[in-house]
Amino acid sequence: MTTETLIWLIPLPPLVAFALIVLFTNKNKALSHSIAVGAAFLSWLGAMIVFFRAVTTEHFGEHPFHSSINWLPTGETWLKVGVLIDPTSAAVLFFVAWTILMIFLYSVGYHNFGQPAGDHDHKGLPPHGATVTDAHGHKHTVLSVEPMYSRFFAFIGLFAFGMYTLVVSDNLLTLFVGWEIMGLCSYLLIGFWFAKPSARAAGIKAFMTTRIGDVFMLLGIAFLYSATGTLTFREIFTEETLHVLGTVPSGVFGLSAAGLISILLFIGTVGKSAQFPLHVWLPDAMEGPTPVSAMIHAATMVSAGVYAVIRMFPLLTADFHGHELTTAMSVVAFIGAFTAIFAATIAVAQNDIKRVLAYSTISQLGFMIAALGIGAYVAAVFHLITHAFFKALLFLGSGSVIHGMEHGVLHTGNHSVDPQDMYNMGGLRKKMPITFWTFLIGGFALSGFPILTAGFWSKDEILADAFGHGHWAVFLTLALAAFLTAFYTMRQITLTFLGEPRTKEAEHAHETPWTMTTPLVILSFFAITYGWVGIPEHFPLLGGIVPNWFHEFVGGTLAEHPEALEFSWIPLLTSLGVALGGLFFGWLAYRNVTAVEQDKLQFPVLKNKYYFDEAYDFLFIKPAFWLSEVFVSKWMDKGLIDGILHIFGPITGGVGFAIRNYFDVPIVNEFLGDGSANSVYALGKNLRPIQTGRIQQYLILSMVVLFVVGGLVYFLLLA
Amino acid sequence: MIPLSWYLILAAGLFSVGLFGVLARRNAVAILLGVELMLNAVNINLVAFWRYGDISMMAGQVFTIIVFAVAAAEVAVGLALVISVYRRRNTVVAEELDLLKW
Repeated sequence: MTTETLIWLIPLPPLVAFALIVLFTNKNKALSHSIAVGAAFLSWLGAMIVFFRAVTTEHFGEHPFHSSINWLPTGETWLKVGVLIDPTSAAVLFFVAWTILMIFLYSVGYHNFGQPAGDHDHKGLPPHGATVTDAHGHKHTVLSVEPMYSRFFAFIGLFAFGMYTLVVSDNLLTLFVGWEIMGLCSYLLIGFWFAKPSARAAGIKAFMTTRIGDVFMLLGIAFLYSATGTLTFREIFTEETLHVLGTVPSGVFGLSAAGLISILLFIGTVGKSAQFPLHVWLPDAMEGPTPVSAMIHAATMVSAGVYAVIRMFPLLTADFHGHELTTAMSVVAFIGAFTAIFAATIAVAQNDIKRVLAYSTISQLGFMIAALGIGAYVAAVFHLITHAFFKALLFLGSGSVIHGMEHGVLHTGNHSVDPQDMYNMGGLRKKMPITFWTFLIGGFALSGFPILTAGFWSKDEILADAFGHGHWAVFLTLALAAFLTAFYTMRQITLTFLGEPRTKEAEHAHETPWTMTTPLVILSFFAITYGWVGIPEHFPLLGGIVPNWFHEFVGGTLAEHPEALEFSWIPLLTSLGVALGGLFFGWLAYRNVTAVEQDKLQFPVLKNKYYFDEAYDFLFIKPAFWLSEVFVSKWMDKGLIDGILHIFGPITGGVGFAIRNYFDVPIVNEFLGDGSANSVYALGKNLRPIQTGRIQQYLILSMVVLFVVGGLVYFLLLA
Repeated sequence: MIPLSWYLILAAGLFSVGLFGVLARRNAVAILLGVELMLNAVNINLVAFWRYGDISMMAGQVFTIIVFAVAAAEVAVGLALVISVYRRRNTVVAEELDLLKW
């Protein structure tokens, strides 16, 4: 099979799995998850083959795998769809395939496959546990299997299809299709436990918020298509097209056409990757099952947002000449850097283990966006990939923690204990060793623990790039955000795993099954080693021992191969300092904290996420409700439109009344109808007396008539 | 020979008696009798006109015989009706037989 054919086939197995599960096997849990995991494995296999063929191809950046077909006739030209694997998408495909496969496998354990059905479990609610009786006659409450087990695998299958489609697309159109499929799936999966009102609301919120971004993105796509007549990346990213787009003014805010298109597409990313100001949906999306959080927040959807900007990078930098940032790039850099620091401060005050990670994700995505904004293409891709690995690891680890805590909750039977609140945990390192060590690796990678972890190399590269090109504001903001990242990560690890158990439930927490721990171990392998493929050439001691493969490979995607940066001690010392300092202070501040009251950073403004939800509620949702309920419904519909209609009612009523009273009743009824009957009646009544019914009177009368008529005839006619 | 007018006067007197009986009597049987008198008055006229006209033309006598037959049939039907009415209504007074009256 040629590589191109194989690329075409990569997205299909999960789609087939989705169809099979939905249509045929949804009654059979084992068969459903076998199909889904098998499909994920096939896609993974295809992706790996493609990846290794890509890696072993010489000058791959100039000759990527590309194949397209004519799809939609548009007058004289065709809208083409196709697949494209260039170095960047090959690298992205690699981590997407790995994380998706791991998450599929993990879901089997997370949804308690093999456990008995719950006592009172309902579809649309998380499983509540089942009572079993053991050989000695003791009753135990154990975790119960998810009631909608098969449905979950169908949904994540469709989700995986969307992501693979997006990655292998060679054009914006199918990229957008995959993008929207994921939007739908994220809605379905966040609201997976749809009987919980909060999950339902979170699903709607996520869908609506990302929709705002998507509309702008569609506008950008339409603009791009009308300006260039094509949506295929390799046709847009030719030198002359980019030059034209970069010099033609768009007429909006003094931007060039390329700038405006980039900003419109970037707004789509802002929605999808939860950047400020459309970040509000992502923390609420934690209502979904944890594999979904990992799926949406690490492997696929939010990465897809960054991936879209990476794809459109040549357009973003169309009129960039290496010094002054263009307006579009400044916007991107500002949003990214601001989001990075902004979300990091919120994460410090969150107590829900998944919410901390959610804000951390927003913050880390901000790093990537900021990196793209300052033109640090390779660093952004590098951080995207390492982040996907360690954030998927962290989410799956937190799911494992929650799972272990739920075990404890079922053991004690005290359901008022929130298994996601970190203040109910503590000391879990002894109970859940595999989860602890893998989570520690993930957390250290996120913090950028020096040398060992992948996060250090990618984050350092972003900082070095910002410093090296003199973007001071971005550099300082990101450095501060990195410090906060290390701080809240250590806070999370300390509160969750270190110290002593703070609740009985934590004491009875239990390590999770192999289906959940295996993905953790595999992902933690990548969370460490993936950084080593991108060690900068000029790094002291280590530089040059391992060639900077990543930079060479991914950098080959761009037309102009990016220069390797000169080494400078300042960013290195900064990233060492913020990572170690953050970790140290995080440990110092929280090592003896036993209750939430002792946490000095629980500022209301941070706990309430700077009141963004409330502000949006006040600014957009309330006015929207007012518009629909009061203005449209009450004033326009019931007042104006119904009012006009209510005028016609009385008018026709009056006309009808007049016709009835002045024509129908007096003339038709009384005069014609009743009148004729009445006159006949009166005539009959007046003639009635002569009908006596007595034969002799009739005879007398006829005799009289005879005489009279006879007399008249005789005297008048005959005489 | 007795002039024709005497017969006619007799017939007219007889007819008047019958007519009076029909109009003035209350008993239905008597009314029928009155009708018979009127029919016989007509018979006298028919026979008288035949005798004083062309004797070879027998129409007057034949007509009289037909009237007899009809009168006999009529009396039979009339009396049968009277008996039937009497059985149902227990009266033969004509004035009381006013079912058709409003």
